Amino acid sequence: MMGKLTLDELRALRERAQQTIARRQTAEGAAGEIIVGMGTCGIAAGAREALDALVETLNQHHRGDIVVRQTGCMGLCFSEPTVEVRVTGMPPTIYGRVTAEVARRIVEEHVIGGRLVDDHVYDRPATDLAPHLRAPGK
Amino acid sequence: MPYSQFVLVCAGTACDSCQSREIYSRLTAAVRSQGLEGRVQVVRTGCFGFCAQGPVVKVLPDETFYVQVRPEDAGEIVAEHLAKGRPVKRLLYGGAGRAAIADIPFYQKQFRIVLRNCGVIDPENIEEYIAREGYEALATVLTSMTPEDVIEQVRISGLRGRGGAGYPTWKKWTFTKNADSDVKYVICNADEGDPGAYMDRSTLEGDPHSVLEAMAIAGYAVGAHQGYIYIRAEYPLAIHRLEVALRQARELGLLGRDILGTGFDFDVELRLGAGAFVCGEETALIASIEGHRGMPVPRPPYPAVRGLWGRPTVINNVETLANIPVIILKGGAWFASIGTETSKGTKVFALTGKVNNSGLIEVPMGTTLREIIFDIGGGIKGGKRFKAAQTGGPSGGVIPESFLDTPIDYESLAKLGSIMGSGGLIVMDEDDCIVDVNKFYLEFTVDESCGKCAPCRIGGRTMFNLLTDITEGRGTVGHIEQIHTVAHAMQKASLCGLGQTAPNPVLSSLTYFGEEYRVHIKEKRCPSGRCRALVTYTILADKCIGCTLCARRCPVNCIRGERRQPHVIDLSRCIKCGECFKACKFGAVQRS
Repeated sequence: MMGKLTLDELRALRERAQQTIARRQTAEGAAGEIIVGMGTCGIAAGAREALDALVETLNQHHRGDIVVRQTGCMGLCFSEPTVEVRVTGMPPTIYGRVTAEVARRIVEEHVIGGRLVDDHVYDRPATDLAPHLRAPGK
Repeated sequence: MPYSQFVLVCAGTACDSCQSREIYSRLTAAVRSQGLEGRVQVVRTGCFGFCAQGPVVKVLPDETFYVQVRPEDAGEIVAEHLAKGRPVKRLLYGGAGRAAIADIPFYQKQFRIVLRNCGVIDPENIEEYIAREGYEALATVLTSMTPEDVIEQVRISGLRGRGGAGYPTWKKWTFTKNADSDVKYVICNADEGDPGAYMDRSTLEGDPHSVLEAMAIAGYAVGAHQGYIYIRAEYPLAIHRLEVALRQARELGLLGRDILGTGFDFDVELRLGAGAFVCGEETALIASIEGHRGMPVPRPPYPAVRGLWGRPTVINNVETLANIPVIILKGGAWFASIGTETSKGTKVFALTGKVNNSGLIEVPMGTTLREIIFDIGGGIKGGKRFKAAQTGGPSGGVIPESFLDTPIDYESLAKLGSIMGSGGLIVMDEDDCIVDVNKFYLEFTVDESCGKCAPCRIGGRTMFNLLTDITEGRGTVGHIEQIHTVAHAMQKASLCGLGQTAPNPVLSSLTYFGEEYRVHIKEKRCPSGRCRALVTYTILADKCIGCTLCARRCPVNCIRGERRQPHVIDLSRCIKCGECFKACKFGAVQRS
């Protein structure tokens, strides 16, 4: 981590961070990311087991190019644990009720096989506010 | 060979009851007969939350959204859209020319301001927060706005306290700003305690920096340099994420001395509460931070003028604060364009109870309960009938079916005898007994009363005893009268909000479900079978075929009878669990 930021450094850091995230999601080489909802609800429903299974299965298949990350609650508490998968060539997908077994299928069928895992796909609860966050004209 | 197109068929409860299974198999068959097997995958999905227009089918990656699809339409979707790339216009929502989901008005009823980053960023990585405009609002405030400008934007936004009472945030800030003192404080109230509510926990777990940034902005606006987050110790993950966030923000100089080189100092510390509900009341919360027992003191003076250690203190709820950075970035006018006349912006609800899709939702003010429960929540579990929705937890009330179409805001809910509250929203179905539910809430407030003032301490207990009498068959008409008398005394004379609002659930349910109380009292009967003392299970000899299922299910073995002969329940040993009633396939077990 760097030292204390000035205003310009904060904005430079934002540019860099945005690029890093964009690269992680789209560019060649870095094939994508799997994001696990790790709020209290997700963890209580078994998100840790799902995360472990994702990492383990990715390792077995030598897919170090897929980044596994954590995030907070997506809001779909009835379908926890939830996992979002963003890999090149596939539409961004949210999976619910991801047990360790489903996590393995996500890696083998979705990431490697290019097929969706049947009966576990859910919809994003709301459109993203962030692209429009900044005030008009700014 | 990876697939290039995906057809998603909603298999949620609501769509499933409208033949979505049939649609799935017809789509699969059509894909096969068109020779698209290796290219198109048909997938069953969870609920899309658009049940009123179901069954719904979505095609990826084009994001085409078909509504009210019938099994006969499957062939056309495959032949036209998937094989030839021509969307079936007549099945698109709103008719021709509306292909993408983003264009569909109201498709997504949710609108996320508070939860904008929850489930998107890694809460333990400050760079991801910064990438999504994090700390830009603080930078803007510190470099180009005066404290007056900040408060003016909050005033224009119309933001009101999300802890439940709905006091205008800008007024609180102005009182503290104008209070004459060299030391002032900002407190974030994260002592969330309503049964079934977890909005604040999820916000702090998913986006801790948004609250820290907002506290610094509030500090700048009112002239404070120190903030405290009062959070219950039962939220270990939220505490951990806040600690990580605090460390990262200090390392980058976004908290602490001379923030962003502007000369403004502000820092935040955590204070852990031991889990007393009353500590969510602001004066009790302050007492607790000061190291005293968490008990309220009379107001005025209000904390905005005389708060923590006698200094002017702004106390805002987690959700209120999480709105602030967006209000600064997009402007108060933008925020004020969302919501109703008197209530602006959005509200986060923890939707729980007998609803299919329970979860954490955020909707614009003015959304109706029907939209929340039936569109976002996917309707009532098991196809049962909706009975009532409870908002505002132990301080709120019930809303019956006849008011489901009321647009939700602070005023409309108060008019119905409930309150907005912090955002717990519990859905009840026909199996819930209204008397029993309210006894639960009273038991909670009796347990959580700090005992300092008599109206709350004694009144709560008295009311609880009255309700217990009613649920156990000792109720009289006088009980209802007495409930009203005690409720009136508690509302008028209790020291703090806990006691003043504790009678609300009972009073509102008496308004809408008075008949159910009357049946409990006069007929000694509980229509939903929840109040065990009022229920008797018997087996109708003419309907019982002697299958022995009930006898095998009975946990206390009190059902006797020969195979193929009518069975009998030994009422002296029956614990009234209702297992036999649920098990019987012939309607032979009677509940009365």
